[in-house]
Amino acid sequence: MAKARVKAPKTAAAGELVTIKTLVNHKMESGRRKDGDGNLIPRKIINAFTATFGGEEVISAKFEPAISTNPYFQFSFTVPATGDLVMQWTDDDGSTVEQTKTITVA
Amino acid sequence: MRITREDQIMKKFSRTLTCIFALSTIVSVAIADEDAELVINGELDISTKAAAPADSALDELISGWRFRTNETQALQMDDFDNPSFIFIEQGEDLYAKVDGSEGKSCASCHEDVASFKGLKSSLPRHNASTGKLDTMETLVNNCRTERMGAEPWKWSKGKMTAMTSLISLQSRGMAINVKVDGDAANAYELGKDLYYTRVGQLDMSCANCHEDNYGNMIRADHLSQGQINGFPTYRLKNAKMNSVHARFKGCMKNIRATPFKEGSDEFRALELYVASRGNGLSVESPSVRN
Repeated sequence: MAKARVKAPKTAAAGELVTIKTLVNHKMESGRRKDGDGNLIPRKIINAFTATFGGEEVISAKFEPAISTNPYFQFSFTVPATGDLVMQWTDDDGSTVEQTKTITVA
Repeated sequence: MRITREDQIMKKFSRTLTCIFALSTIVSVAIADEDAELVINGELDISTKAAAPADSALDELISGWRFRTNETQALQMDDFDNPSFIFIEQGEDLYAKVDGSEGKSCASCHEDVASFKGLKSSLPRHNASTGKLDTMETLVNNCRTERMGAEPWKWSKGKMTAMTSLISLQSRGMAINVKVDGDAANAYELGKDLYYTRVGQLDMSCANCHEDNYGNMIRADHLSQGQINGFPTYRLKNAKMNSVHARFKGCMKNIRATPFKEGSDEFRALELYVASRGNGLSVESPSVRN
């Protein structure tokens, strides 16, 4: 399964707008390509991404087959208080990758 | 319209003229900020300049990082932005993957990859039992064929460069220090000969660009000293990790010469010589270049 990398600030001021950068190492096989024998290569992509902060949803996204290999996804949100940012990517085969980053509000 | 031979000649002629004009016009190109310092992730200081040894042909050793544009430099200053780390993650998977008849992975013998700290900065080195130079690629393949009973990897293909990038990363920030005396002296002399020998239709040696003209523009490209302290390097032009020998091959093709083979004695000797020209610079692997 894929590996995910996240760049998030460790600390923030209350109400500060922070930028989160994420990158997943994934092939994103579109399901449109054919192998050497002319057979379709089955689709295998990351199809969903969700981020929650302190249990509350921050953003969720549906990924489509045209998204490139190793998808890079960036978003911003305002940090209300200290908490855990939990990000989850879902693969077509049902497996998931999860990453948690703690942001401390000083 | 019928295209006559004259038309074709005129077309060629005007194209040549355009080229000449393009060369003679002074174009302002975005070049690097010469005073920038390379700090990775805001914590690891990399010396991209070093004093040249007494017998060096260079006044000062300057890493290729300093010759790149601000945008390319920035990519290397943060591991998240550095695209090499996609390949390093693949290298981590390969490191732990069991392969071959012995049922072993790299991790079975070497355990933590951090144990390779200091390897990159001392390669290539002379191997007394084979009488040849060992590079990272030959060491990896020796392990694969002799200890793991697996197929060797091709010199510059994805799996090999992913592995060499991962291993080289462990030495990042250490000063390059390759030995050129003793048993390695013959290879060093061969490498030096190759460096200064003019070859190919353009009749150029490595030194013509990288010693006599570093800092000058070769058309739109800013010539560096040709230091290899950042290899394996991620190149924006082909979006993958590049081995030293693949880069040598590219240079030789550019000067219309017939390249040596990757892994040949000639390229190993040249790798030793070029690495020794950077003795004192920090290992930057995995670097980002254009």
